[in-house]
Amino acid sequence: MSHVAVQDARPATPAPRKGSLSARSLPRWAGAGFAVVSIALAIGIGLAFDLQSKVQWGLIAALLFILVSYAVTTAVENKRQAKDRVATSLVWVCFILAVIPLASLLWTTISRGTKVLNGYFLSHSMAGVPGFETGGGVYHALIGTLEQVGIATLISAPLGLLAAVYLVEYGKGTLAKAVTFFVDVMTGIPSIVAGLFILTLMLMFDLGPSGFMGSLALSILMLPVVVRSTEEMLKLVPNELREASLALGVPKWRTILKVVLPTAIGGITTGVMLAIARIAGETAPIMLLVFGNQLINTNPFQGAQSSLPFYIWEQYRVGSDAAYDRAWAAALVLIAFVMILNLVARGIARWKAPKTGR
Amino acid sequence: MAKRIDVSGLSAYYGAHKAIDDISMTVEPRSVTAFIGPSGCGKSTFLRTLNRMHEVTPGGRVEGKVLLDDENLYGSAVDPVAVRRTVGMVFQRPNPFPTMSIFDNVAAGLRLNGKFKKNELADVVEKSLKGANLWNEVKDRLNKPGSGLSGGQQQRLCIARAIAVEPDVLLMDEPCSALDPISTLAIEDLIGELKERFTIVIVTHNMQQAARVSDRTAFFNLSAVGQPGKLIEIDETERIFSNPSVQATEDYISGRFG
Amino acid sequence: MASSIATDTPPPPAPASAQRRKQSTGRAGDKIFLGLSRGSGIFLLVVMAAIAVFLSVRAGIAISKDQGNFLTTFDWDPAGTPPVFGIAVLLFGTVVSSIIAMAIAVPIAVGIALFISHYAPRKLAAPLAYVVDLLAAVPSIVYGVWGALFLVPYLGGLNDWLDQYMGWTYVFEKTEVGVARSMFTVGILLAIMILPIVTSVSREVFLQVPRMNEEAALALGATRWEVIRLSVLPFGRSGVISASMLGLGRALGETMAVATVLSPSYVLSLHVLDPGGGTFAQNIAAKFDESNQLGRDALIASGLVLFVLTLLVNGAARMIIARRKEYSGANA
Repeated sequence: MSHVAVQDARPATPAPRKGSLSARSLPRWAGAGFAVVSIALAIGIGLAFDLQSKVQWGLIAALLFILVSYAVTTAVENKRQAKDRVATSLVWVCFILAVIPLASLLWTTISRGTKVLNGYFLSHSMAGVPGFETGGGVYHALIGTLEQVGIATLISAPLGLLAAVYLVEYGKGTLAKAVTFFVDVMTGIPSIVAGLFILTLMLMFDLGPSGFMGSLALSILMLPVVVRSTEEMLKLVPNELREASLALGVPKWRTILKVVLPTAIGGITTGVMLAIARIAGETAPIMLLVFGNQLINTNPFQGAQSSLPFYIWEQYRVGSDAAYDRAWAAALVLIAFVMILNLVARGIARWKAPKTGR
Repeated sequence: MAKRIDVSGLSAYYGAHKAIDDISMTVEPRSVTAFIGPSGCGKSTFLRTLNRMHEVTPGGRVEGKVLLDDENLYGSAVDPVAVRRTVGMVFQRPNPFPTMSIFDNVAAGLRLNGKFKKNELADVVEKSLKGANLWNEVKDRLNKPGSGLSGGQQQRLCIARAIAVEPDVLLMDEPCSALDPISTLAIEDLIGELKERFTIVIVTHNMQQAARVSDRTAFFNLSAVGQPGKLIEIDETERIFSNPSVQATEDYISGRFG
Repeated sequence: MASSIATDTPPPPAPASAQRRKQSTGRAGDKIFLGLSRGSGIFLLVVMAAIAVFLSVRAGIAISKDQGNFLTTFDWDPAGTPPVFGIAVLLFGTVVSSIIAMAIAVPIAVGIALFISHYAPRKLAAPLAYVVDLLAAVPSIVYGVWGALFLVPYLGGLNDWLDQYMGWTYVFEKTEVGVARSMFTVGILLAIMILPIVTSVSREVFLQVPRMNEEAALALGATRWEVIRLSVLPFGRSGVISASMLGLGRALGETMAVATVLSPSYVLSLHVLDPGGGTFAQNIAAKFDESNQLGRDALIASGLVLFVLTLLVNGAARMIIARRKEYSGANA
């Protein structure tokens, strides 16, 4: 049986056969070497053929990298090692392919966003500033975002918490199963559909646009996220704690309020904050329901408002350089807001994680 | 095909922790060598250094030499993949590939090593399953998943998978500890047959098992928890169990500690 | 200080009568609490039902006034006389852009997930996973603006190149001159956006592969790639499928990134490099401002189709995950 394998592998190098465990092998830096060679070749080809797009250069380099890895490894080692090397190269290429656009996104936002970002930008609205001129700021949008997101949180955090408590502490049977399934499905509702749903309510009751309408749509998006994360956290609370409390004669609802929820509170907070971070960047529902406003409107229940993501969209649509600068600056503010929420949330999760966690 | 193993000055580490210290021994070809000793004495770690499986554990590192018929497994030009192909291994818990059929499980190693014609592959699979005393039980359901077998059958399937690639050495890491007595007996019988063709090293917690199956026995011990494990002595199994040269061995075997 | 302790902690052992009173309030409290929490669960179901019903009602109104065929019309003119609108182009564009996004994102995401779980140096793996999770939080409008102002100009050369060498495939033939505000660009941008979610779910699954399955392959003399092929990929396959479908759900419903990048038209064309086409969400965003009453209802009707589409995709993804859980539970 083994002679077949040997015939197959022999042409390149002696296969690791009985008596010989050693095989010619490439040095450890071979991968890096291939990468350097392919990048150099790709730059050469790019210059020689006058390819304008750097995207092409990158793709050529990636392709060369894989081909060179395969060819050299086949020649020096063997086919199996070559396949292994190609897989490794591919995985690295995937990683770099993904990192480049993401890094570019962050870099562009930071470098272009810092142009007009200053105290004035943060403390002034767009009142009286024509879109194509410089000046103006995001103050009104900041207020809008904070109010809309705040109200959405006030609605969906308690609802989501209670629903999760129901699923974990009481839930059995078809109702719980249905809720679990639809929570999952609800996570996938596109934000624009949530916006359209609230729009049907507005049409039905003849309501005008306001920050509150946006909050309603946002809370539909937030609710399933809160339920799911809270559920996960409550499941981590060990049953012994519940039983110990119940055995002392404490009623179940007090057990939940005084024992279960406090134990899981760190994780629950994290979940809520991550949900806030998610909805803070939603534009579509705001566009349909809050309409946008150049002026400061601090009343979320009356009249159109703006919000950070909507402001970015608005400025992008103006299309002048000054407006693009404002869009980037607002994008930077928004990303900073979302990232800080994320980092703080994960920090809380790490500090307050139940000690029973794996 | 079976080969002699010569270990000299071998130490293994997990990160900064030294798990076994300065072990030297010789394992004879076409024989069964058993490793015994209390938990944590490093016998499994030592076994895994014999086919370079120790270094796949995060932080795993080895110093020293392992000669397989004069070739150092830890030589700089040696390919660990080739080592593992030459030195097969059977694990504590049966681990057939869960998504593969019985046939594909046995053929997995062969397929890695080159192309086979269909009937050649079938021949080797049959031969290996017969060698593992499993053929009669599974010949009618070779295309069923391997995870559907009983624990003992799964372990014999893993042995069939290991011997299908015709290794020189077969390492067994407590192969019966997850099995019932009848399956254990079947595996022990099988070990007796396999030693005609392979060099076999077996780690076991069960001293009766060591006495039943092995020709030579090595006793490992550690001076305290957290200290590296050491080889105390290695000798003919009969002598180890009747008249060991070290007091600690006698204490362990007679159940005075461990 | 003392008073706060008194209110926060249960009172010291009380006489029997007090004990009994406490228990009775306990029972009432239990009922109220159960009612509240069950009510929240039911509310969630009601919201889902309300979304379906309300959207259907408005969609019904719109479709009854539509003088064209809602499914096959290539136009969107609810304000015209007679009002004519149909979702053919939108459905096509939504599906095509999502397919492009999936074709690009899934292999790369699996690659990154493998990179993090099996290739990256251990010190690098954890921060990398963290960064990938953070990137999932970047708002879609930011992706959109970046895509329109940065990605579009960069893709011009690539598009010409594809046209030149792959034009014979018809799909990559470029029949119009212009910037790359095409379905292909939208697909690339969507791919970048869904990459983090597909990656993090796949990574979780790959990390769950039992160590002993990988060791089985290693001990047979498998290279790293062969270990992955023999034990990691078969184990993780259903997880990757469901991760991809979660990503697909996002790509189908993405609004802002498409609205900023695409230059829309009501033409159904397989030339993915040509500007034009549209998606459900993009069309709603683009047409909303100029819509009259019927126009809004028409948009709601298209939103209903999108809702059903994402519902099906997400439901399928969840079902695969659930089945996989049962399977692995039985194996454990």
